[in-house]
Amino acid sequence: MKKIFILALTGLSFSVLADESKIQLKEGPGKDLVTAQCGICHSNDMIQINSPFLDKKGWEGEVNKMIKVMGAPLPAEDVPKVVEYLTKYYGK
Amino acid sequence: MESRREFLKGIAGGLAVAGGTLLTPAWARGADKFVIAPSPLTQNNIDASTLESLPGKKPLIKRSFRAPNYETPITYFNEVVTPNDAFFVRWHLNNIPDDLGAQNWRLKIGGDCAQKPLEITLDNLKNDYPHVEIAALCLCSGNRRGLSQPHVAGVEWSYGAMGNALWKGVRLKDILNKAGISKDALEVTMNGAETGVLDGTPDFVKSLPLWKALDENTILAFEMNGAPLPHMNGFPVRLVVPGWTATYWTKMVTVINISSKPQPGFWMRTAYRIPIGKFPETDRFTSQEYPGDTMTPITEIVVSSLITNITDGQHFRHGQAIEVKGMAWDSGRGVNQVEVSTDGGNTWQSAELGKDYGNFSFRPWSFSFKPKSKGKYAVMAKASNRAGSTQVFELIWNPAGYHNNVVHKIDVVVA
Repeated sequence: MKKIFILALTGLSFSVLADESKIQLKEGPGKDLVTAQCGICHSNDMIQINSPFLDKKGWEGEVNKMIKVMGAPLPAEDVPKVVEYLTKYYGK
Repeated sequence: MESRREFLKGIAGGLAVAGGTLLTPAWARGADKFVIAPSPLTQNNIDASTLESLPGKKPLIKRSFRAPNYETPITYFNEVVTPNDAFFVRWHLNNIPDDLGAQNWRLKIGGDCAQKPLEITLDNLKNDYPHVEIAALCLCSGNRRGLSQPHVAGVEWSYGAMGNALWKGVRLKDILNKAGISKDALEVTMNGAETGVLDGTPDFVKSLPLWKALDENTILAFEMNGAPLPHMNGFPVRLVVPGWTATYWTKMVTVINISSKPQPGFWMRTAYRIPIGKFPETDRFTSQEYPGDTMTPITEIVVSSLITNITDGQHFRHGQAIEVKGMAWDSGRGVNQVEVSTDGGNTWQSAELGKDYGNFSFRPWSFSFKPKSKGKYAVMAKASNRAGSTQVFELIWNPAGYHNNVVHKIDVVVA
């Protein structure tokens, strides 16, 4: 997984990465997982701006869309952890 | 209709102002949160949406770094031309080539309904086909999505996912005709150079019904406001589909196919759809409608307007005339009236319409009033078009937050 993450980032300029370092997701269990997994394809400000109006079902829907439609390689066993973090810290 | 020179003079005027008295606009002096965040954006969105500069761009309201989604502050809409360096940025996928130079760019025209597939260079495009210019509004389908209540997921835009520009290019129909269109052609599909980071991410392929692709106003643009397109706005060539929302304005376009089949895939079949029957009748993209569908592709821009020169909570001296300015637009049927209310919608008066830059362009308007007494004034603007459509007072809610043309309201204080 780490390899995919690094591969995913090679196309980006350093300035973009520097900017993204401004994004601070809330501390809590699951944060590192979310940062790494969701961050493969998009910056994690997408989580911040989409909050706090999704409930658990809403976040589940988003995570499943990312897996089924967008091809996110999130292992099935990590799905509940990601949903739990998003619901607890960015849910309504 | 303004001539090109007059239109571009408008740009020069705008730049002169920006370089003069407005060197540091209000939103960059700390009043930015206000412009970034009209209610009811969520506080988390407001906090995350900082002013950031992409290379070659003025500071814009960053909604997401990656994919890059940056919104134009309302201040810029005081001018009919949105400057290239302040033009909003919207990408779905994040592998955006940064080396797609003018020399290397190729456009392939093919598909099962192209009789003579061809590949053209930028020189071919510029030299072999007649040039046309059109002033047109590029409006994101999801502009104002962040104002939806209940909120819906997506890029949480406020008012600035739009821009008005003078586009120069060649008619798409000239190129399609060169490729030879066979009789069973149904749709024309467009693909840009960008891709997803992962192989499994659906490529952003869009299509138009053949009739819209052949419309004389649909062009492949290589110039925007007299200059090459900014990289983030689709350099070197993007599709311009006046009257339809920006989802069809494929950036960095490299592949165009003439097809006998409806374009499948997430971006046509699932995304960018509105509930059938919920909005006023607009162009129907019937080849994309399947039996049992309750959703249909978004097509035309709905009539709307924006107040651009005053801000919520602004104070005015009693006895002073208040000038209200803004822009109005629609799908190209033509804005024929803008009404302004200063009492929260109880009474309405006609605003003065400014210069006509063509049906697909922003139409400037202005209205002046002298408040009789001190107090709060709820200023609202409402545009109508020649087809008899007007704006709504209550959001027509839909799951993706499209077509938000709720009447814009600004509360000011006279003291």
